[in-house]
Amino acid sequence: MTTLTTPAVQNAPEGARKRVKQRKRRGERFLHWFTWALIIWLALPIAVVILFSFNNPHGRYNYTWTGFTLKWWGPALLQYPELTTAMLHSLEVAVIATIGATILGTLIGLALGKYRFRGQSATNLVQFACIAAPEVVLGSSLATFFLQLRVQEGMLTVIAAHIMFCLSFVAITVRSRVLTLDRSVEEAAKDLGAGPWETFRLVTLPMILPGVIAGALLAFALSIDDFITTEFTSGSFMTYPLWIWSVSRQGLPPQANVMGSIIFLVGALTAGGWALFQRRRA
Amino acid sequence: MGSLKSRLTPYYLMLPGGLWLAVFFAAPIIMMIGLSTMTGNIITGFTQTWHFQNYLDGFTQYTGEWWRSAEYAGIGCLIAIALSYPIAYWIAFYGGRHKSMYLGLILLPFFVSFVLRTIAWSYLLADQGLILEPLKSLHLLPQNFRILATGPAVIGGIVYNYLPFMILPIYVALERVDPRVIEAGRDLYANSVSVFSKVVLPLSLPGVFAGVLLNFVPAASDYVNASVLGGPANTMIGNVIYDQYFTTQNYPIQASLSFSLMAILLIGIFCYARALGTEDVLAAAAA
Repeated sequence: MTTLTTPAVQNAPEGARKRVKQRKRRGERFLHWFTWALIIWLALPIAVVILFSFNNPHGRYNYTWTGFTLKWWGPALLQYPELTTAMLHSLEVAVIATIGATILGTLIGLALGKYRFRGQSATNLVQFACIAAPEVVLGSSLATFFLQLRVQEGMLTVIAAHIMFCLSFVAITVRSRVLTLDRSVEEAAKDLGAGPWETFRLVTLPMILPGVIAGALLAFALSIDDFITTEFTSGSFMTYPLWIWSVSRQGLPPQANVMGSIIFLVGALTAGGWALFQRRRA
Repeated sequence: MGSLKSRLTPYYLMLPGGLWLAVFFAAPIIMMIGLSTMTGNIITGFTQTWHFQNYLDGFTQYTGEWWRSAEYAGIGCLIAIALSYPIAYWIAFYGGRHKSMYLGLILLPFFVSFVLRTIAWSYLLADQGLILEPLKSLHLLPQNFRILATGPAVIGGIVYNYLPFMILPIYVALERVDPRVIEAGRDLYANSVSVFSKVVLPLSLPGVFAGVLLNFVPAASDYVNASVLGGPANTMIGNVIYDQYFTTQNYPIQASLSFSLMAILLIGIFCYARALGTEDVLAAAAA
């Protein structure tokens, strides 16, 4: 922000001006400290998760610090086959759901951003309802839906549910990107003899790509960490958050912390890298 | 002048995604509404008897849980606003070159699984945990002092888990405030208090409203915080829906509770958005 001095302050005697300035600076410094205090509070449980991935507990109870070890970051990480499988399941579901939701959501986003058509506001409303609906309602209604249709719950039902709730997020992200596009570029492509598919592939898609990638990253993040909807639609299929939940009463082994730390590092680095990449291009 | 083909293009584009939402979003909710007035039990099956009493039962039997959901989510929102506003303000106006770094730091918790970070809080707040144990051994706190399994712990978990959803929309709204408007206010001899209350605050309100939306809905229907950080006396309506499905297997009651919850929240959102100008709130919520 530009520094501005109010006329009142300019006309005031030297001492009063200094006091006002000092008070402002004190307020700013307080807010600065407050922001950092909150960031530390937000990071506290993450620090605990990472710290206890280096703990050396005697039994399965990883609550108190009993000594430093690196062994859980080695081959002992795979000591719980169910945990490894659950982690792989989470990744598989997230990848498939991201691809599905990105394709379906991008198409809806294009339709909503580029065209004016009947039923548009109804579509917007459905997207909004889908995002605003409480997860416990989405999950429990899907669960009874599958139950009544006698569909066996498992990986496929989880993927179907994940695509459903990620789709609208992608659609909204892509739509806001499409709305900022310069329509004359597409017109120019058509005038130069490009067909609709060529126009889309060579002109429209590259222009909306940042929106599509942002939507896909969002979908991936939502899917890999989803707990409530997944719990209702998974049957006996286990994902990483479900496994954590199921063993949390008997105590989490340090391997769970290692897996959590790996997700955290990969996620944070990807997001940071993406932000830097965007800034470099801007 | 569009040909028939180009007029149909948006419908073709919407078709696959629309079908997906129809099957996995609309159909389950419609079936849930049907299920909500059935009677029966898990062994003999459920039959449609238009038993609207289920809805009434859902409210009378679980009055405490309904109120607690509203109370915890409401208090959680107020605390979240009080914490978020100063931070969003500071980042928007004083963040300088480091704005995106601060926002990134605030988003960090999202990279740790929601369940895992809530469980991490239960370790931190446990009676003999990392925070209370040292304070108790120094006699700064009485031995029987506890946080875990109380209402404040649940509210704390709710504030913690949804706080970034409050900070971000307020930040976006403040960031859009044109510095020239503030300058104009100062030129007209407004002091800093009235510049804030008459210029900055009104311009940032859509962000606050969007934040409330993004916090209240998941908080009011959450059951993870209440079951990890709360005790048996702190259950919310989400816990009841969960138990009715997984434990009691009384699907009609579960369906009627789910539908009531969704209806209350959606009607609330629409009234709220209508009263404040739909576009503003929804746009701010989407951004």
